[in-house]
Amino acid sequence: MLGQTFTIIFGSVFISNIVLAQFLGICPFLGVSKDIKNAVGMGFSVMFVMIMSSAICWVVHRYLLVPFHLEYLKTITFILTIAALVQLVEMFLKKNVPGLYQAMGIYLPLITTNCAIMGIALLNIQNGFNLYYTVINAFANSAGFLLAMLLMAGIRERLEEAELPESMKGLPIVFIVASSMALAFVGFTGMI
Amino acid sequence: MNVLSELKRGVIIENPLFVLVLGTCPALALTTSVTNALGMGAAFTGVLICSNLVISLIRKFVPNDIRIPSYIVVIASFVTLCEMVMNAFTPALFSALGIFIPLIVVNCVILGRAEAYAGKNGPLASIVDGVVMGLGYTCAIALMAAIREVLGAGAFMGFDLFGPSYQPVLVMILPAGAFITMGFLFALFAFLKNRRSGRSQKQKRQAKGVR
Repeated sequence: MLGQTFTIIFGSVFISNIVLAQFLGICPFLGVSKDIKNAVGMGFSVMFVMIMSSAICWVVHRYLLVPFHLEYLKTITFILTIAALVQLVEMFLKKNVPGLYQAMGIYLPLITTNCAIMGIALLNIQNGFNLYYTVINAFANSAGFLLAMLLMAGIRERLEEAELPESMKGLPIVFIVASSMALAFVGFTGMI
Repeated sequence: MNVLSELKRGVIIENPLFVLVLGTCPALALTTSVTNALGMGAAFTGVLICSNLVISLIRKFVPNDIRIPSYIVVIASFVTLCEMVMNAFTPALFSALGIFIPLIVVNCVILGRAEAYAGKNGPLASIVDGVVMGLGYTCAIALMAAIREVLGAGAFMGFDLFGPSYQPVLVMILPAGAFITMGFLFALFAFLKNRRSGRSQKQKRQAKGVR
């Protein structure tokens, strides 16, 4: 069990990184990676929501959809669960933990339509994980997301000063940098 | 309503992928072959047309405060329908596209069109908008897939193009190839845009000079 836990963590963070190999959560990866502070805020918000939503979606699927043979309603149930959860978390934080709300507040509404959250919730079901592995997988994938965000934000802060051709400025060069990062992560393939 | 100008708006001026930068996730993940890209484009267009139609029909009696949740439910229903149809009739394509079919739900293009267009316009105009936007997105990902497949596998829609002596550029099929193709295509679009605006400024200056 410990062995598989490590396999999941290492595999999700480095080998099949959620952004650079699975292409989930590209929007925040492009939009919120302009400086390190925002990237870290977004990364931790995603980690928080992803772990909670994966666990809740797993419970909903196992104890509500499967007993009533409603598996085909998975997509519609999960998106509603995630949207409701994000809204609840936002209200709870605003009232009870104002400090945390100030750090995460602006990222939470964006997270509802983040395909990484929904994608991991669906992949957990597809892989047949139990609740323990579901939580581990959500944690590992969001850690991979945080790592990719942090690396990209660090590079982009330097990129501000680079002399680039007019057409390469902005998004194009971010994609080129992302491609070299993806290429570097290919180097981890075959380690497990 | 001019069909040709609508078509130009969807495919070139307001291209969902290259101009509005929406729906990048499937565009990066599913462009390893033209067949996958066209399949994704078709599924996407179908969902977009249906959701645009229904949202424009219900726009009058959905309260403003809960419009986003109700849009999401409409979109999710059509995605589920699309999932079941594809699973039944095109199982190979369904397994190739995998998780990105249910993820059409969180594709920003569809919710964006619902919010920006279908929630404000009549059913017929909304269907036309769905068709042209879907076509624009399909063209964009098909272009990306064509570049990646020809370079990375030496093939087009599965047909071998260059014969056995061709050494494929394997990196184009890998995730890194997706990012690099998209980066250069974005740069090309930015270049064309800059040149166009530069030229129009020059024309303005000349016109002023004449006057």
